[in-house]
Amino acid sequence: MMKTSDMSRLALLHEISKVDFAVVEMTLYLDTHPHEREAIAYLNHYVKLKNQLEKEYSYKYEPMSVSLANESDDNKWLWALAPMPWEGGCK
Amino acid sequence: MWSYERRLQYPVNIKETNAKTAQIIISQYGGPDGELAASMRYLSQRYSIPYNEVAGLLTDIGTEELAHFELIGAIVHQLTRDLSMEEIEKSGFATYYVDHTLALWPQAAGGIPFNACEFQSKGDPITDLMEDMAAEQKARTTYDNILRMVKDPDVCDVIKFLRAREVVHFQRFGEALRRVQDKLNEKNFYAFNPAFDTCNVKERKENC
Repeated sequence: MMKTSDMSRLALLHEISKVDFAVVEMTLYLDTHPHEREAIAYLNHYVKLKNQLEKEYSYKYEPMSVSLANESDDNKWLWALAPMPWEGGCK
Repeated sequence: MWSYERRLQYPVNIKETNAKTAQIIISQYGGPDGELAASMRYLSQRYSIPYNEVAGLLTDIGTEELAHFELIGAIVHQLTRDLSMEEIEKSGFATYYVDHTLALWPQAAGGIPFNACEFQSKGDPITDLMEDMAAEQKARTTYDNILRMVKDPDVCDVIKFLRAREVVHFQRFGEALRRVQDKLNEKNFYAFNPAFDTCNVKERKENC
């Protein structure tokens, strides 16, 4: 059985994946359409959301990047200790 | 998952083009001890390393090597971007130019194309970390050789930065190797492969 805390962790991770995919996709679109204001607004919305969610994840669970590593714990370097994504933690 | 920052890890501002220098330095782009091989080596090895802190180190150094791959690309690009046909023929750059014009392509200075055989991913932490330490030293030697031949301060400045990073990586891999060895049988580090053999490391230690 999966623990509730783990379920909410995976749900948040899933949300980040969705939001990040919108960022990735819209980046490519804007690379070839750099003057489309509607697309810029769309991208900005998701970039902001992505930053928020990644900060929240890093605060609650493990750091998602080195720049967010101080969100979780000042006493130990969780970046080195947190599980690796290729071990199946990030579904 | 990766994301890209639109900046170089160290500034590259080369004022004088020089095709001869470019032909030497391209070895660190796609040569046997180059930055591409370095990055692919660490990023490939990390999956089978059973220790998190070592897998993390391989990830982070493998990522930094990609930034170095970009630095070498920037150096070669700036050394070749304004070449005249006369300079291309006179400098010996014509043999590269004929296939790639002024594009970047991973090859050794001697023209040998990049090949995955430039690095190993062996699935044994001791074997892999020994390879990584040797690789950092080989890259450091290559940068020393470059510094003996190249005198342009704009180029040497960046090469000296890269050389210093090889030394730091060697140090960190040395520490990682020691961490791995601490978990093994101190009388025989090679008694088994901690990434593959299923025996309990501690039990085995007591029995030996």
